[in-house]
Amino acid sequence: MNWFEIGTVEDIPARGARCVSTPQGKIGVFRTADNRIFAIDDHCPHKGGPLSQGIVHGASVTCPLHNWVFSLETGEAQGADEGSVRTIPVRVVDGRISIGLEPALMAAE
Amino acid sequence: MTERLVIIGNGMAPGRMLEHLLEIAPNRYQISIFNAEPRVNYDRIMLSPVLSGEKSYEEIVIHGDGWYVANGITLYKGHKVVEIDREAKTVTSEHGAVEPYDKLVIATGSVPFIIPVPGKDLPGVLSYRDLDDVNAMLIAAQSRQKAIVIGGGLLGLEAAAGLKERGMDVTVLHVMPTLMERQLDPAAGYLLQKAIEARGIKVVTRANTKRIVGETRVEGVELDDGTFIPATLVVMAVGIRPNAGLAQQAGLAVNRGIVTDDQMRTSDPDILSLGECAEVGGRVYGLVAPLYQMAKVAAATLAGSDGEQFVHVETPTKLKVTGIDLYSVGDFADGDDREEIVLRDASAGVYKRVILKEDRVIGTVLFGETADGPWFADLQKKQTDISEMRDTLIFGQSFQGGASADPLAAVAALADDAEICGCNGVCKGKIVSTITSKGLTSLDDVRAHTKASASCGTCTGLVEKLMTLTLGDSYNPAAVQPICGCTDLGHDDVRRLIKAKRLKTIPAVMQELEWKTSCGCAKCRPALNYYLVCDWPDEYADDYQSRFINERVHANIQKDGTYSVVPRMWGGMTSSQELRAIADVVDKFQIPAVKVTGGQRIDMLGIRKEDLPAVWADLGKAGFVSGQAYAKGLRTVKTCVGSDWCRFGTQDSTGLGIRIEKFMWGSWTPAKLKLAVSGCPRNCAEATCKDIGVICVDSGFEIHFAGAAGLDIKGTDVLGLVKTEDEALEVIVALTQMYREQARYLERIYKWAKRIGHDEIRRQVLDDVERRKAYFDRFVFSQKFAQVDPWSERVSGKDKHEFRPMANLSFQPAAE
Ligand code: SRM
Ligand SMILES: Cc1cc2nc3c(=O)[nH]c(=O)nc-3n(C[C@H](O)[C@H](O)[C@H](O)COP(=O)(O)OP(=O)(O)OC[C@H]3O[C@@H](n4cnc5c(N)ncnc54)[C@H](O)[C@@H]3O)c2cc1C
Ligand code: SF4
Ligand code: FES
Repeated sequence: MNWFEIGTVEDIPARGARCVSTPQGKIGVFRTADNRIFAIDDHCPHKGGPLSQGIVHGASVTCPLHNWVFSLETGEAQGADEGSVRTIPVRVVDGRISIGLEPALMAAE
Repeated sequence: MTERLVIIGNGMAPGRMLEHLLEIAPNRYQISIFNAEPRVNYDRIMLSPVLSGEKSYEEIVIHGDGWYVANGITLYKGHKVVEIDREAKTVTSEHGAVEPYDKLVIATGSVPFIIPVPGKDLPGVLSYRDLDDVNAMLIAAQSRQKAIVIGGGLLGLEAAAGLKERGMDVTVLHVMPTLMERQLDPAAGYLLQKAIEARGIKVVTRANTKRIVGETRVEGVELDDGTFIPATLVVMAVGIRPNAGLAQQAGLAVNRGIVTDDQMRTSDPDILSLGECAEVGGRVYGLVAPLYQMAKVAAATLAGSDGEQFVHVETPTKLKVTGIDLYSVGDFADGDDREEIVLRDASAGVYKRVILKEDRVIGTVLFGETADGPWFADLQKKQTDISEMRDTLIFGQSFQGGASADPLAAVAALADDAEICGCNGVCKGKIVSTITSKGLTSLDDVRAHTKASASCGTCTGLVEKLMTLTLGDSYNPAAVQPICGCTDLGHDDVRRLIKAKRLKTIPAVMQELEWKTSCGCAKCRPALNYYLVCDWPDEYADDYQSRFINERVHANIQKDGTYSVVPRMWGGMTSSQELRAIADVVDKFQIPAVKVTGGQRIDMLGIRKEDLPAVWADLGKAGFVSGQAYAKGLRTVKTCVGSDWCRFGTQDSTGLGIRIEKFMWGSWTPAKLKLAVSGCPRNCAEATCKDIGVICVDSGFEIHFAGAAGLDIKGTDVLGLVKTEDEALEVIVALTQMYREQARYLERIYKWAKRIGHDEIRRQVLDDVERRKAYFDRFVFSQKFAQVDPWSERVSGKDKHEFRPMANLSFQPAAE
C-alpha cells in the first residue's frame, strides 16, 4: 500500500465531495457533516454516474444520475439496489488527507 | 390442432373474456380480433375522466399492443367486419381481410341513438361513445364557446361536466321533468339538478328538440316551444341500441339484442355473443358489471366447461362526476304493495330513500351520502328480512346491531360475500384473502391482483378500508405521506412549522421537527433548502450541499458525466452577435453537440466540468446569463412574433414575454416553471399547455394556468382576462408567488392547483386585489436576493472547488 497526500479536510465542503484523478480512474473523496473522510471510486456500478457529484447525507451518497444510494463506509448499495463500489483507505493526520493505493495496480499503468 | 377463435369487436366485454380464457384454456385457440375502432382495448368507462382532463388515454388502456403480441393474438385495428358467412365459417372486414373460424364471438357493443330530427348530420353534432368522440369534443372545447348536451342521463351529465371543466358554456336539454329519471326518483333528480347547476351548467328539463339549426355547421338547437339556444357543439346522449345488425344479416336470432342462452350461445352453436349487443334472459345491459359476468360465462363455454351460467343481478348506478355522490339500485317506483323510508338533510344536501316490499329491500336511492349503498344492495341481493331494524334502517349499517358509527367497523361487519367492486363483481372475502395470501400492501397491488377498484374507481374508499382492516396500522391511506424516511411529517406540515416556529436553517428544522436521521437524505434536504430560500429570502444562507448537482454547478449533468450549457435567449429572440458568440465558444471548447431546445434557445452539450467557468466567461462577455435550464425555478418564457410581425397578432406578445422573463428570472420555485405568451388564440407559442400562459386578444390578455405537457398532458384553465400588460404581469407574478409559498417541493403548478382548487387561486390572485398586491410585493422582495447571475459569480471565483479535481495523482510506476 502506498499513501498519497491529496490535500486538507478544509478543501472539501462539509456534506460534500471532491474528486482526485489517478491513473486508475477518478476517486471521490467525501467529507461528512461530522468531518469524517471517505474515499470510493468515482464511478457508480449502475451506469457510471460520478458519485462525487451526488448529495452526501449521513455516511452515504446518492448518485446524481439515478439516485442509487451507497454507504461510504462499505461501498455497498443501500435499499433494494444491488451493487458495490470499491472503497479506498483514507488516513487523516493533522487535517491532512492521504489515500492508500495498491502498488501493483499503480504499476500496471 | 388448435381451433380458430375469431372475435368481432374489441370492447370491454370480450377483453375481459379473453383474460379468463387465457387463464383457463391458454393454448386452446388461435385468436384473431377485428375492431372497427383503430386501437387496442381501453376502459370505455373512463372516457369521462379523459374528457374532463383527470386522466389521459394512455392511462385508460386495458391491453396495450404488447399484450396482444405476448398472447399471440392477431388484432385487426380499424377493421369493421361487414359479413359473416356461416356456411363457409368465415368473416370478412371492410378492407377485405378474411378469417376462418371454428368459434366466433360477436361483441359489437352498442350504437348511440341519434334522434331523427333535421340537422342531426351537421358538422358539430357528436355522439358520446368512443375516444374519437372525446377527441372531437376536446377540439371543439378549445373554442370555449357554447355547447348543448341533449340527454340528462348518466352519459349526458358526464359529458356536460367534462365540457364545462374544459371551459365551455354548457346547457343540458332533457326531455323528462327530472334528470336521470330511469335511475333516480324525482326528489333525487331535483337535488342532482341543483348540484349540476351549481357547477355553472344550465339545465332545461321538458325540452323537446325540434331541430338542429345550422347552414354549414351547427349553430344551435330549436325546441318544440320555439325557443332557440345557440351552440357550436351539440352532443347527443339520449340512449344506446344494441349493435345487432351484423348478426341479423347473418340470420341469427335477434330480438332487442342478439339472443343468447345462459351460456352466451346464439342460435348458431358455434357463435357466441356477449356485451351490450347480447340479449340474455330477455334483457340487454348497459353497465359493465353484468357484461363482465357474461365474459366469465363465455370464456367457460369456449373452454368447454359447462358449469357457468349467466344470472341476472341488479347493478347499481353511480355518476362519475367529481363531487357529486349518487347511488341507485333496484326498483323505486311507487306502488300500493310498497313502503318507503326516507331521510332528508337539507343543510347537507343529503337524501336517502329505501323501498321495501314485504319487509325486503327492493330499491335504494342515495344522494349526497352514498357510503351505505353497498350495504343496502347487499340486503336486497340476499333478500334479508329487515323488520327487526326497520326503525333505524335508513341510518345505515353503522346504526345496526349496536355497532359504532365508525365506518371501519361498518366495513368490518360486511359479510364475506358482500360485493365491494360492482364493476368487477369482487366481494370482500376475495379481496381480504388475496391481500393476505399474496402479501399485498398497496392499493395498486390490490387492483392488479383482484381487479377491485380498477374500473370506475368509486369503491376505492371501501377497498382502502378493507386494506386497513386486513393490514392494521401498517396501512393508513388517510395518513399524510411523510416527505421521506427521515420524518413522519408531510410537506405541508413542514412548511407550516418552518413559518410558525421561525426555523431558518436546515439543522434547526431537523432539530425542532425531530428528524430521525442525522442530516437528512437526498429527498428531504433539497425540499427543506427550497422552503427556507422561499420563506426567508433575505436571511437564509442557501445550502449548496443540499442542492442537486445541476443546481449546485448551474449546468445539466449528462449521462457520461459531462454537462450541458443553455444560456438565456430572452423570449426566444436572438441576434447575429449572440449567435456568433455561441459559435466561437463551440469552436474554442470543441463542444461536440449544439441543439435548438424545445424551449426556444440553444443547448451546448458535452462540456467538461473543468471547462464550465471558461465557457461561461466567454458567453458572459457576449451578454449571456444562465438560462437556468437545470433549475427548479423559472425556465423559459416562450413567445410568438406577435403584433410586431404577424398579420394576426393582437398585442406585442414577444415584448410581454421578454418583460416577464426579465422580471422573473432567477426565482426559485417548487418545481420548474415554464411560461409562454401567444399573440392571438392561434397560440403559436403553445401557451395553453404551460404552467402559466398568456393568450393576447383584442380586448387584453387572457391569463391561463395549470397546463402540463410533460409526463401528463393537460390544457390550461383560464384564470381571467386583464386589460393591460401591467396587470398581466402583476397577476402572473402574484400567482407564481402564491405557488412558491404553498406548493410542495417538486409539485408542478397543475398538481398544486388541483389540490387547492382553481377557484381559490382565482379568488386570491385575481379577485382580491389587495392580496394580489401583497403576493406581488413579496415576490419582488425575494428577487432582490435571487437575481444574481450564477455564471458570472462562478467566473469570478465562487465555488472554485466544484470545478477542479482536488488533486491529480500521475504517479510513476511503483517506487520499488
Ligand atoms: C434540452 C431539452 C430537450 C431539447 O433538446 O429540446 C430538455 C432536456 C431535458 N429535460 Fe425536458 N427538456 C426540454 C424541454 C422540455 C419541455 C418543452 C418545453 O419546455 O416547452 C417539456 C414539457 C413541458 C414541461 O415542462 O412539462 C419537458 C419536460 C421534461 C420533464 C417532465 C416534467 C413534468 O413535470 O412532467 C422532465 C423530467 C423532470 O423534470 O423530472 C424533463 C427533464 C429534462 C432533463 C433535465 C432530464 C435530466 O434530468 O437530465 C433534460 C436535460 C438535458 C440537458 O442537459 O439539457 N423535461 N422538457 C429542452 C430544454 C428546454 C430549455 O430550453 O430549457
Ligand atoms: C362515456 C361512457 C361512460 C360509461 N360509464 C360507465 C360506468 O360508469 N359504469 C358502467 O358500468 N358502464 C359505463 N359505461 C358503459 C360501458 O362502457 C359499456 O357497457 C361497455 O363498454 C360495453 O362493452 P362492450 O364490449 O359490450 O362494447 P364496447 O365497449 O362498446 O365495444 C364494442 C366494440 O366493437 C366494435 N365494433 C362494432 N361493430 C363492429 C364490427 N362490425 N366489426 C368490428 N368491430 C366492431 C366497436 O368499434 C367497439 O370498439 C359507459 C359508457 C360510456 C360511453
Ligand atoms: S425527452 Fe427529455 S428527458 Fe427524455 S431523453 Fe429527451 S431530453 Fe431527456
Ligand atoms: S449511474 Fe448511479 S444510479 Fe445510475
